[in-house]
Amino acid sequence: MSTDLGMPMPPAKPAPPFPPEVRARLEVDAKEVIGRYPQARSALLPLLHLVQAEEGYVTGTGIEFCADMLGLTAAEVSAVSTFYTMYRRRQGGDFHVGVCTNTLCAVMGGDEIFASLKDHLGIGNKETTADGVVTLEHIECNAACDYAPVVMVNWEFFDDATPQSAKELVDDLRAGKHAVPTRGARLCTFRDTSRILAGFPDERPGAVDEGGAGGAASLVGLRIANGTQADEPARLTPARRPPTEDVAKDAPASPSSHDAPARTAESDPAHPAPPTGPATDQDGDQAP
Amino acid sequence: MTEPSLLTPVLSANWDEHQPWTLDTYRRGGGYDGLRKALAMHPDEVIQTVKDSGLRGRGGAGFPTGMKWGFIPQNDGKPHYLVVNADESEPGTCKDIPLMYANPHVLIEGVIIASYAIRSEHAFIYVRGEVVPVLRRLHNAVREAYAAGYLGKNVLGSGLDLELTVHAGAGAYICGEETALLDSLEGRRGQPRLRPPFPAVAGLYASPTCVNNVESIASVPPILNKGVEWFRSMGSEKSPGFTLYSLSGHVKRPGQYEAPLGVTLRQLLDLAGGVREGHRIKFWTPGGSSTPMFTDEHLDVPLDYEGVGAAGSMLGTKALQIFDETVCVVRAVLRWTEFYEHESCGKCTPCREGTYWLTQLLTRLERGEGTEQDLETLLDVADNILGKSFCALGDGAASPIQSSLKYFRDEYLAHFEHGGCPFDTAASTAWASTAPASTGAGAHS
Ligand SMILES: Cc1cc2nc3c(=O)[nH]c(=O)nc-3n(C[C@H](O)[C@H](O)[C@H](O)COP(=O)(O)O)c2cc1C
Ligand code: SF4
Ligand code: FES
Repeated sequence: MSTDLGMPMPPAKPAPPFPPEVRARLEVDAKEVIGRYPQARSALLPLLHLVQAEEGYVTGTGIEFCADMLGLTAAEVSAVSTFYTMYRRRQGGDFHVGVCTNTLCAVMGGDEIFASLKDHLGIGNKETTADGVVTLEHIECNAACDYAPVVMVNWEFFDDATPQSAKELVDDLRAGKHAVPTRGARLCTFRDTSRILAGFPDERPGAVDEGGAGGAASLVGLRIANGTQADEPARLTPARRPPTEDVAKDAPASPSSHDAPARTAESDPAHPAPPTGPATDQDGDQAP
Repeated sequence: MTEPSLLTPVLSANWDEHQPWTLDTYRRGGGYDGLRKALAMHPDEVIQTVKDSGLRGRGGAGFPTGMKWGFIPQNDGKPHYLVVNADESEPGTCKDIPLMYANPHVLIEGVIIASYAIRSEHAFIYVRGEVVPVLRRLHNAVREAYAAGYLGKNVLGSGLDLELTVHAGAGAYICGEETALLDSLEGRRGQPRLRPPFPAVAGLYASPTCVNNVESIASVPPILNKGVEWFRSMGSEKSPGFTLYSLSGHVKRPGQYEAPLGVTLRQLLDLAGGVREGHRIKFWTPGGSSTPMFTDEHLDVPLDYEGVGAAGSMLGTKALQIFDETVCVVRAVLRWTEFYEHESCGKCTPCREGTYWLTQLLTRLERGEGTEQDLETLLDVADNILGKSFCALGDGAASPIQSSLKYFRDEYLAHFEHGGCPFDTAASTAWASTAPASTGAGAHS
């Protein structure tokens, strides 16, 4: 284990605040989030998702903002944010590509998929492609084992993946094409996804209804009971992978009127995000 | 040949209909009728009905749901909370996520009934963060339920006021443990709490709190709607009702099979088309990675709480992960152990240190660099975790190790005799050719 625990460097001085107009907008959101709970501190996880939606990762500025909104110290907020794996500690790509390598997916081919993506993209675990599009990570069981091996992009399901389908998927993402999940809606960016995680519904028209009720595996028992199960394996063969749409990357409308996150975060100049070059995460994948 | 009529789709019954996640579709199939019946009863009667049904918690431990509701003290002047555990992260477990994705309203209806019964005015669904499609459907269904008067002030004119908050976690298996979940929901690191006091007495914000699994709560509306007798007509005396069994891995048709408690894996495999062509089952988990593994000797074990317990494991989450003879058990166990090490919250020493050392030992064994003495050390470390950890995550970490050594000790030995893993990892993939591969030390002792 290296001595860099992957945490934000201890700030020499308090992180600079959000610019006033950003702060004003975030305060409105934060108050809405806090209002959902009997006690304010319960809003901390959603607020961390919210500041991640703003900046792409949890910065010192984001931590100070959460602390300020909840009457906590920055240390208390950091202690929480570093416990949970979904909060990024440095800037990453627009698309988080997670390959499940827990046992079941691993033996079904998840290990091969992860290895081939590392090779294909020329990056390692938790690293980002030079164009800033894809961050690759191996992930734990994502409750989709009946669709193994599973790849998640921005936490939408790409079931029954193969090394080939996964490579095509990341190529499409990097070419600005929209990949369609097997379960889930048209992809939005990592930051837009974080906003949904903060508890703000996805307001893109039709998004809720995309992706159907589930794939063949979800429905197999029901269909057998109903006598409507075709006598073929429920498993999606790679050839039946849903097509990708050729749409510009920024096409989806922004989720809601008050959601116009600044594209870049200038808020923490003392600790800039690494340039778009591969960002090596030296902490490996240390436990929370 | 197992009859398809063995299956009893209830929670999954409408998944093949047009947009089953919408309120309209749900209501067309009798959705929210159970709620109307519940609201016409006294809350204590609702609790009694759930007690009479014999419904047992589907989150892993099988604790009787009605009894848990009955533990909530009444007229204590404190707010009460219902918290739905939708953290589903136990390796192999994949039932709650497809359920909430396809049919979120059955969960919401259950939440309202349960809240009415335990006199809660604020309920939470704590859903793991890594499932945005589910979050989207939950947000939408909750919004629909508010608009239809099922949530909010004076639900359906009953006098019940109920707020429901959907809360996304942020990646931590331990937050599925109910007291860690409560800490997490309070905005803290997700670490388990000492019990007693139990959540029923001092849970969320130190108030009486009921934590129930998604499937437990979703099973309540059909019970209210169709009655205790109907529910008890399925399953066994001590494990009544229907449940979702999730088949994954080397089976022809993996997926969700809703059946009465007590079916056997042999019956389910029969419906699922069997183990994939040209292969045979080697080991499997009855209820996720934390439940001791079984082998082909256990195909006829009734998959209910008593049956699986008597055979030396636990029904757990009914996550039936099937591994055929191409899979190296040492590789499987190492990977699970790495998971427990990664997810150990660090609060107690046996688990924090023990899972670290287990990983070191297993890594060495898998590389073929171990010794027979290492197997004893492995068991010794596992023994120092099991029953000595602060929460059940530690116990879960010991399960795959102890059970695999019980059934497959020879395979561990083969690794150092062979100087490495004797298995071909390509043979177990979903795209491997169907011809049985040579399996080295495949047979178990
Ligand atoms: C490490 C660990 C993880 C758990 N994860 C879950 C989970 O994801 N979902 C769940 O319902 N229960 C989980 N449980 C069990 C819960 O602690 C609790 O028993 C359950 O939510 C109670 O619900 P039930 O009575 O309806 O089954 C977990 C337990 C442990 C020890
Ligand atoms: S057993 Fe593991 S997860 Fe549970 S409290 Fe101890 S360290 Fe944390
Ligand atoms: S093991 Fe990959 S989704 Fe469960």
